[in-house]
Amino acid sequence: MENLASEHGEAVRRITRHLRSRPGPLLEVLHAIQAELGYVPPAAVPLVAEELNLSRAEVHGVVSFYHYFRSTPPGTHTVSVCRAESCQAVGGEALAAHARQRLGVDFHQTTPDGRYSLEPVYCLGNCACSPAVMIDGQLHGRVTPERFDALLSGADTDRKR
Amino acid sequence: MTFTVYVPRDAGALSLGAGEVAQAIAREAKLRGLELQVIRTGSRGAYWLEPLVEVAGRHGRMAYGPVGIADVPGLFDAQFLSGGTHPLSLGLTDAIPWLASQQRLTFARVGVVDPASVADYVVHGGYQGLRRALAMSPESIVEAIIGSGLRGRGGAAFPTGIKWKTVLEQPAGQKYVTCNADEGDSGTFSDRMLMEGDPLSLIEGMTIAGVAVGAAQGYIYLRAEYPHALQALNEAIAAAYQARYLGSDVMGSGKRFDLEVRLGAGAYICGEETSMLESLEGKRGEVRVRPPLPAIKGLFGRPTIVNNVITLASVPTILHRGADYYAGYGMAKSRGTLPIQLAGNIKRGGLVERAFGLTLRELLYDYGGGSASGRPLRAVQVGGPLGAYIPASQFDTLVDYEALAAIGALLGHGGIVAFDDTVDMARMARYAMEFCAIESCGKCTPCRIGSTRGIEVIDRIIGGVETEGNVRRLEELCELMVQGSLCGLGGMAPFPVQSALRHFRGDFIARVRH
Repeated sequence: MENLASEHGEAVRRITRHLRSRPGPLLEVLHAIQAELGYVPPAAVPLVAEELNLSRAEVHGVVSFYHYFRSTPPGTHTVSVCRAESCQAVGGEALAAHARQRLGVDFHQTTPDGRYSLEPVYCLGNCACSPAVMIDGQLHGRVTPERFDALLSGADTDRKR
Repeated sequence: MTFTVYVPRDAGALSLGAGEVAQAIAREAKLRGLELQVIRTGSRGAYWLEPLVEVAGRHGRMAYGPVGIADVPGLFDAQFLSGGTHPLSLGLTDAIPWLASQQRLTFARVGVVDPASVADYVVHGGYQGLRRALAMSPESIVEAIIGSGLRGRGGAAFPTGIKWKTVLEQPAGQKYVTCNADEGDSGTFSDRMLMEGDPLSLIEGMTIAGVAVGAAQGYIYLRAEYPHALQALNEAIAAAYQARYLGSDVMGSGKRFDLEVRLGAGAYICGEETSMLESLEGKRGEVRVRPPLPAIKGLFGRPTIVNNVITLASVPTILHRGADYYAGYGMAKSRGTLPIQLAGNIKRGGLVERAFGLTLRELLYDYGGGSASGRPLRAVQVGGPLGAYIPASQFDTLVDYEALAAIGALLGHGGIVAFDDTVDMARMARYAMEFCAIESCGKCTPCRIGSTRGIEVIDRIIGGVETEGNVRRLEELCELMVQGSLCGLGGMAPFPVQSALRHFRGDFIARVRH
């Protein structure tokens, strides 16, 4: 296992100590770690386990159970494409194929330049405006392949601004 | 004079540009030296008209939509702030037939009020239900819920009052009220709309539940895919604490009720109530074996109410207007109203709240306007990824719990996903198994292994390999999953597969070229 950078280790301990007195704190701790570091580094697992008096297996079990928690750093932009039925009914699969082709990676992967992580999502609750895509927490509806490309360039521009 | 404009901050409206439109309106007003107040509301649910902009007028709100940023200068030129006519004019919002024909009890305030304002909520009838509840005995609150006929809107349709009664009857001590806001079904968004547009009605409903069963702590288990709802809920909870509708002395009653939001982490299974409780405890979201029921041993082993967002948000109306008022809507054993969500390939998608008793056809054509693509509708999936596919020949079925059950379908959380005649039902069946495989918690074998075997068998059918035998194998596998799974995920994931086989067999058998 890679070592945790010391500033990451400090963040993990600070977050865990801050939240550990709350009832059933593990998910909250993991959310807070991912919010701060962008992911839950595997090397953070033993620290969290120690602080919460849980086994490493228990913490790892929870991290790996939930799709939302990632064990690798995300790209600059996270692009989530809905794959569920409502979006499939209006071209969602073609959009998913376009997204893969445009970014040159498959789902759950990050582009080699580190700019985009492509994630599947099973419903964004925007089903009256399918197909739906979320980019960096911003929801978009009725997304065509053309609009997808425009949104990607928009995300990059926002970043530069 | 100051003009008042309403622009939604609902995630769906934002996904179509409502945020940019609100900014453009404020900018244009400034440019023209006009005094303008922009109030950000929820959505009316007519997503085919979003971004829908409304202007306060003498006779009510005037609606314009769908508004793009390029339309904004023209709207000002047309004096829309004084209700002027424009090609995007829709007249009085309340007179738009799609909205006017609805019976909005639970969604009465959604799209109307500022979701973060307790004052606005109270002006529109909020907290009348809690006021009444605080003057009643716990038993009579529970009686009112039983009398209203309210059934769980999350999908299981269990009588809400009976669940509350069980929790009330447990010895006093630590009890919990939990709200299942893990709205994971594709085609559903009513929980999201409610939480973003009128979160205080959910907060009030949970507070009433707490008063009824003697619980002082509430949790809203919200899915991580809903960041806008998270923000709206947190703002509303803070406002409710500030105004003393939450906390140690609810409305001066001396009763305590605390409430917080806990985030899920992208696991569909956590919409199953026992799995949700595991997740709230910070564990893997694996289902529990029942009994014991959560009402007896729930969160942290204590008696716990688990209700869906819409169920809890319907409670204030029942307490305010009375059980008979609510039960006066609906039919047979499906009382009250249901917020139905029209999704997928549909021209006028959105939220339709009506008393139980409409047919699918009325919803799909009178409200939905048919397919968005203009092609004939071939099938609908009702009730999310575990719901059956219903063919066009059964569109005259009534939308109520028993009528749908009678044709082997289910109502679930009230989402309807429409498909036109280009849909390949074998592919949709494959997806049902794939989804189950992705989301299975792994605790029981029929679900964990069966779903993956299901994908493989359907792949062989799609590939034209020994079709008859593989279809038979698929049918047997579905039966095994239904009978042998621990919870509704594995137990119901076969429903879309079985219904596709029943109604669209040709899509499986005659695959010599799709």
